[in-house]
Parts: sequence; structure tokens; C-alpha cells
Amino acid sequence: MAKITLDNLAHSYLPNPQTEDDFALKELNHDWQDGEAYALLGSSGCGKSTLLNIISGLLRPSHGRVLFDGKDVTDQATAERNIGQVFQFPVVYDTMTVRQNLAFPLRNRRMPTEEIARLVQKVGAMIGMEAELDRKARGLTADAKQKISLGRGMVREDVNALLFDEPLTVIDPHMKWELRTQLKKLHQDFGHTMIYVTHDQTEALTFADKVVVMYDGRVVQIGTPQELFERPAHTFVGYFIGSPGMNVFDAKVDGMQARIGEAAIALPAHHTTGRGRVQIGVRPEFVRLHAGGEGIPASIHRIEDVGRHKIVRLEAAGGEFNALLNEGAAVPAGADRITFDPAGINVYENDWRVAPSGRRDAA
Amino acid sequence: MNKTVNQKAWFLVLPVLVLVAFSAVIPLMTVVNYSVQDTFGNNVFFWNGIRWFEDMLASERMWNALGRQVVFSSIILAIEVPLGVFVALNMPKKGFWASFCLVLMSLPLLIPWNVVGTIWQIFGRVDIGLLGHTLDAIGIDYNYTQGFFAAWTTVIVMDVWHWTSLVALLAYAGLQSIPDAYYQAAKIDQASRWAVFRHIELPKMMGVLMIAILLRFMDSFMIYTEPFVVTGGGPGNATTFLSIDLVKMALGQFDLGPAAAFSLMYFLVILAVSWVFYTVMVNLDKREGR
Repeated sequence: MAKITLDNLAHSYLPNPQTEDDFALKELNHDWQDGEAYALLGSSGCGKSTLLNIISGLLRPSHGRVLFDGKDVTDQATAERNIGQVFQFPVVYDTMTVRQNLAFPLRNRRMPTEEIARLVQKVGAMIGMEAELDRKARGLTADAKQKISLGRGMVREDVNALLFDEPLTVIDPHMKWELRTQLKKLHQDFGHTMIYVTHDQTEALTFADKVVVMYDGRVVQIGTPQELFERPAHTFVGYFIGSPGMNVFDAKVDGMQARIGEAAIALPAHHTTGRGRVQIGVRPEFVRLHAGGEGIPASIHRIEDVGRHKIVRLEAAGGEFNALLNEGAAVPAGADRITFDPAGINVYENDWRVAPSGRRDAA
Repeated sequence: MNKTVNQKAWFLVLPVLVLVAFSAVIPLMTVVNYSVQDTFGNNVFFWNGIRWFEDMLASERMWNALGRQVVFSSIILAIEVPLGVFVALNMPKKGFWASFCLVLMSLPLLIPWNVVGTIWQIFGRVDIGLLGHTLDAIGIDYNYTQGFFAAWTTVIVMDVWHWTSLVALLAYAGLQSIPDAYYQAAKIDQASRWAVFRHIELPKMMGVLMIAILLRFMDSFMIYTEPFVVTGGGPGNATTFLSIDLVKMALGQFDLGPAAAFSLMYFLVILAVSWVFYTVMVNLDKREGR
């Protein structure tokens, strides 16, 4: 178990990267605290797997260093780093039985036989395959094979970190939930540093203490699920987390007030913006519908009832937006205006959140 | 869907039957014909039953040739298969050098059998051949026309030179089909180089290796041209393999009856071994697919 430090880390697959666009992973400084469970969230191709492979040593970063507990391991081979990693698609050793597969990482470390037997039995129970331990791994279904891959990742108790690269993609939904619970339990029992790559926000938010959101090779925000929801640091975080994602309006911001088209919106705090593209972001949960009165003129496209709440699709200020109504709340008759709950308004300049400048008025 | 019965459809199979008849069955029947008849000349043949088969089974000459053949095939399989796998493991995986190696490896396969024989015949000569002369110069008694050991070594090294590429190329194709994730997982599991070979590479290569072994067995078991050009079956009968002996008998001595019986048994041996290989391969596949 170790604290993992990324020091000025960057990676490019090109031999001579010139511009920032040449980097698959843009410069990054970050400590993964010992014993925490992180989820690494982002759309496909944003550099998640690159980052993971650099930490496990499968890939050598072109720039910067990786440190485990302060010790530089950038040039250490994967085997020396003692890391568990599970990949997106199952990897099993065909010629071996399930039991031998699970024992393989332990046998390679020359552990005593009784210890191996104990650990394998335990992991077999965790992945729910105790009954199949003596079957050949060859003939099993894809999701059974993936469970074996997971088991092989979890069987060593002394790993420095456990990395999961979208491990539940091929698992069926019921088992997904079960395995996620097992992973969480494993984390509670042993306190491994865990990094869990996914593009499924539910998975990320349920699994992790801290969520790291990546976008276009860059870490855009690290925070608790709560922080990601209430204060997205980048418009991408707003879009990506939440269903549906955050509404973003082009706006002019002046102190305590923002203007979207003709409508004036009161901001919760004083904001100072520069010359960049200024937007305000409001999650659908904070959008209110009114009939007449003040607010931004909007027309309702359609209303989707998804059980616990209703999604109202709107057209306003030249774009399409969403509002969320709780179950039971009715859409006001003739609603043609929207206003925002001030607590849910964030201001963005060039996609990055602008912190309130602190001059908080009495309102 | 209703299936209609139309026996005339059998006629559609006719072209294949005719082709196979002319390409395989009729020529083979000629051999069968010779194997059960005898003649005193003038193209007059009479029935001889299974006498030739009995003669051949009792013939020390045939058993010796068969023995040499089995030893030869075993030796070249034992060398070419591991060597081919070893070469494949060490070939570059991609880029310019991968293509370069592939072309280089295929070169021996493109050379006609008799040319290969001629190359080695000259290469090994003590008077003008680079190999023969060099060995002689450093004091090694090497003469493939006289020495039993030298003749066998030359024939085996020649076959290894000619055909290891085939095994290497097939094994290389098998290796290329292994996804990177397997190697990455093995690194994570701290597997040694040997464990990677034993548990990932070898199982994934098994299918193509079986084909390589089958092809090399059949080809080597039927080898004729190369040793014939180099040693002519000598010294004495030292490198007289089955095909060479068969030709001697059929064309040299014009013993058509015994030669025909011999051919049929030769054919059956190859058929039987190939069948065993095929069955093993299919069963391997089945286990894989289960």
C-alpha cells in the first residue's frame, strides 16, 4: 500500500511532441492518497487508460516521474512495482483451472502453498466461483472469465495499489452490482489504494471516495461526488456528471448579475470575468418553470416521465435545455418562463469555473 | 420451407466425381492393379494375389528404409519445431524489420527442391564447396559421399535450412494473434519469461503448431529430391529413404509388382498418421470451443 505521486507527469505517443495537442496525457501533478478509493471518470479516449498504464508501469511516461511513497519508480518494471490491475476484457490462462489461474500471481511470488490455498479460497468466494474452482478456465463464459481476471487482481493482499480499467463492462447488471459491493468491501478490509477507471458515472459515484474527471488528456476536477454535482469545475464535468447534464447558457456577467439575452439573472455571489467566453451553468435540478412573470422565455418541447422525476425538454435562449421536476410536481399550466435557483448557478469562462470573488452582498 | 425431393440433383456431384476419378482414383487403381499381378514380359499379366505384399512385409530392405525414414522425420521434427518457435519468438513484432525478417524467412521456401539439393551438394564439396572446404581445412573429416555421419548431417542440416522457415512463419502468425492484454496481465501477475511462454504463447500457438508438425511430417516422410541430388541415397544405403528406395525398385530394377505393393503400404502409413494428427487437432479445437 502506498501513496502514489505523479510529478509533472505527461505522456505523448509521438516521438517529438510539439504542441499540447500531441500529448495524450497533459501535464499533471497529483497525489493519490494511500488507502483511498478513486474513480477515474471520462469519455473514451481521454487518457484514462494511458494514465493507468503509466502508474502500473506498462507504459513509460515521456515526461515526468511516478513515485510510490516518495520513491521514484518511473524506470521500474511492472513486476517490481507490485500492483494489481484488471483490464476491460477478460484475460485468463486457458490451460489452467480456475484455481490455478487465481493462484498464478501468488505462485510467481513463491508464496508458501498453504498461504496460496487460503487466499485462493477466499477470492474464489468473493467472486462467487467456489464451486467452479477446479474447472478449466478455457470453456467458461466471458463474464466468468472476467470474474477470474478480477480475482487475480484482488488475490494479492500486499499490493501497492489496485487498478481497474473498466472491469465490469462485460459483466451482466446483477453481477455488476454484486462485484462492485465486493470491491468496496475489499477496500474497507484492506485499505488498498484503488483507482477505478470507468465511463459510467453511477459506477464512479457509488464506488469512490474521490472522483477524478478527465477530459481531453487533462484532469479537470478531483472531488467528492457532492462537489462534482454542486460545483463542476469545468463545463465538461457539468455535462458528463448528472443525467441529464448541466445546462450551459452563453451569458454576460457583471458583478452580481448575469444577462442571458434580454433576461437578467441574479447571481448568488459577485463574479469577475475577463475577456473569454462567459457562460453560466445550471443543473436541470435547479431550473424552475413559471407561467409569465420574469425569467428567460422558454417553450416546452416535451416531457419525459422517467419514474422518480420528470425531464422537461425546453427551448430557450436559442438552445435546447432541460429541467428536472420531482415526482408529483406538476408542470405549471402555460409555463413559458424559466428561472434558476441561485444556489445552483455557476459561472464559467472558457469552460473553466470562475470562483466567486468573495464580495458577497447581503442578498 | 418445404424441401422437394429430386434425385436428379445427384448429377450435380458428377463433375467432382469425374475430376477426383482422373486425378486420384484411376492412377491409384493402376498401382493397385500392379500390386496384385505378375508378368514374365510381353505385357502378359497374371493374378498373383497378395504375394507382393507378403514379400514386402518380409523384406528387410523395406523395413530398413522405413526405419531410416522414421529416424529422419523424427530428427528433423525435433529440430525444426523448437527452432522455428524460437525464431518466431525472437522476430520483431512490427515495423520495417518485421517485414524484412518475413521476406528473409520466406526465401528458402521459394527455392525448388532440386536446386536446394544442388546448392548443398556444391556447398558441401571438399574441393570447391565453402562448407566442405572450410571443415576440411580446420581438420574435420567431412565427406558426405563416403562418411555415414557426414551424409546424414548434411541431409538433416539441409532440410532444417529449407523448412524451419515454414514452422517459424506459422508460429509467428500464431504469436501475432495474441492480444497485448495477455502480456500486460502477465506482467501484472509477475510471470517469468518462461511462464509467459508456457501459459500464454504456447497454448495460443498450439493450433498452428499442429498444422506445422503435420505438414513437416508429411513432407519429410515423402522426401526424395534433395537427398537424391546430394547423396543419391548413399553412402551405401545410408540415406536411402522410402521414396528413394521405391524409385530404385520401380524404375531401377523395374520390379513393378513389389514397388506397387510398397507404394500402397507407404500411402497407407501416411494416411493413417495424418488421420491421427487430424483427429487430435479437431479434438483440441473442440476442447477450446467448449
